[in-house]
Amino acid sequence: MLTTEEVAHIAELARLQLSASETEKFREQLSAVLDYVDRIGELDLTAVMPTYSVLSLPSALRADEVRESLTREELLRNAPETEGGSYQVPAVQDEG
Amino acid sequence: MELIKQSLRRASDMLLAGEVSSVELTEACLRRIERVEPYIHAFLSISAELAMQQARSADQAWADWRSGKVSQQPSPLNGIPIAIKDVLCVADLAATAGSRMLENFVPSYDATASARLRAAGAVFLGKTNTDEFAMGSSTENSCFGPTHNPWNRLYVPGGSSGGSAAAVAASMTFGALGTDTGGSVRQPAALCGVVGLKPSYGRISRFGLIAFGSSFDQIGTLTHTVEDAALLLQALAGPDTRDATCVPNPPPDYLAELSETTDLSGLRVGVPEEYFKAEVGSEVKTRIRAAIEMLAELGAQILPLVLPHTEHALPAYHLIANAEASANLARYDGVRYGKRQSGKALWETYVNTRTAGFGPEVKRRIMLGTYALASGYYDDYYLRAQKVRTLVKQDFDAAFEQVDVIAGPTTPTTAFKLGEKTDNPLEMYLSDIFTLSSSLAGIPGVSLPCGQDANGLPIGLQLLGPAFEEQRLLNIAHVFQQATDWQRRAPVLEN
Repeated sequence: MLTTEEVAHIAELARLQLSASETEKFREQLSAVLDYVDRIGELDLTAVMPTYSVLSLPSALRADEVRESLTREELLRNAPETEGGSYQVPAVQDEG
Repeated sequence: MELIKQSLRRASDMLLAGEVSSVELTEACLRRIERVEPYIHAFLSISAELAMQQARSADQAWADWRSGKVSQQPSPLNGIPIAIKDVLCVADLAATAGSRMLENFVPSYDATASARLRAAGAVFLGKTNTDEFAMGSSTENSCFGPTHNPWNRLYVPGGSSGGSAAAVAASMTFGALGTDTGGSVRQPAALCGVVGLKPSYGRISRFGLIAFGSSFDQIGTLTHTVEDAALLLQALAGPDTRDATCVPNPPPDYLAELSETTDLSGLRVGVPEEYFKAEVGSEVKTRIRAAIEMLAELGAQILPLVLPHTEHALPAYHLIANAEASANLARYDGVRYGKRQSGKALWETYVNTRTAGFGPEVKRRIMLGTYALASGYYDDYYLRAQKVRTLVKQDFDAAFEQVDVIAGPTTPTTAFKLGEKTDNPLEMYLSDIFTLSSSLAGIPGVSLPCGQDANGLPIGLQLLGPAFEEQRLLNIAHVFQQATDWQRRAPVLEN
């Protein structure tokens, strides 16, 4: 069973904020899922190699040439805030 | 003869013969959508204006070819109305992925899959409903409300491509694109009584697909018939320099080879005992056994099989897919696109944006994935899961030494009621238990209708084949459909 502190720590790593009731609900639900996935602990995997990809394709390389791409306007069209053709974000540190 | 009740293949033949225009087909679909969509909610947006414009261009292309002005015969998809799952980009149409995070996101470009359909002359009816970021098995995780199963509105259509499956089942479109990470094309196809094809990992470019689990994600099709699936796959498959995991070898001519198949003599069909365990509903078992019996009557040899690591597939899948999801969804930070919920400083903006933008299931999955990758847990969870993936893949490799294809149920039960499993994520995950292992191995699978339960809810037969043997699956499924008529049954909807 996960502890409240563990759930809070994972939420912080994932940049999520949970209310007290959400923390408790997630603690129960994630604990149930983790109990279930723990069954992979039964297997002897010492001699087994991991499969990170089912394909064994060689690295795809291409010539480094200038090609047409999206325009600055198209790229910025979905930005929450822009200024002078750039993405605008709040200050990195709270100045308040 | 009702236009909307025709298969995609039949509609295509009618366009070729000049018996119908694309404008007529498109108007018929839009009228049908207007009538039944309020009961089903298969779509997140309808692009009627674009569709009519594309339909007129398609008709012009047929006319130019007939008059000899253009010598190249148009694609069989030229003028065919299609729906696209809302995790795939179509230039200038909103792509929400069923999430508040992307509620106002309008991509400037086409996904490769969308671009290929567009180039073939297909008509885009709209974007279909999905569980948020394709995470779910019922479309109930869509932030814009669930889709209803056309066979019974109180039941889920499955998910995450539930909107696409329901749109096809309710005859609102001739075909639809879905995506399948752990069963998200095949499971809703089974629950809605349509054909769902998930090609091999690497068969169709993922460029322009909003990422969930990048080592699993694959675009698939939802259609009435296997022939329809072959037609769509032909247009979608093939190399793409914008997806390094898209294989370079060109696809075969799926439809041409399909029509030559008549019986299944010499075919070895493996039936895994793990796919008939206690959790499988008795009516599902009965119908699947009957379908396998039908394959035997058509000449196939039926062989018992074991896939010993089936029970370990779900844990491995959830650890790996959610680890990948937690990394993929890190990009939603309110800076470049999507929702922004401002805070006093940048850090707080990240947290506020993600807290407000993601729904509960997405948060659960990000949390689980983050946990599996976290320092101290990585070796026990993520790494172990990747090793289990090797064992699952080896199970299939060994199986395909003995048999040509594997047959079993797509899902353990027929559709469940809306709300029945929303509070129990683990129980929801179990509805994908027979599709997850093939996703871990990257092999192709198809679900096709093979019966109904006592409540009239559809049952799906799943066929699995070795990597890049889509043709084999399509051929077998096509022979099955020639011998049965489940694909011709349609739900009765309110007027």
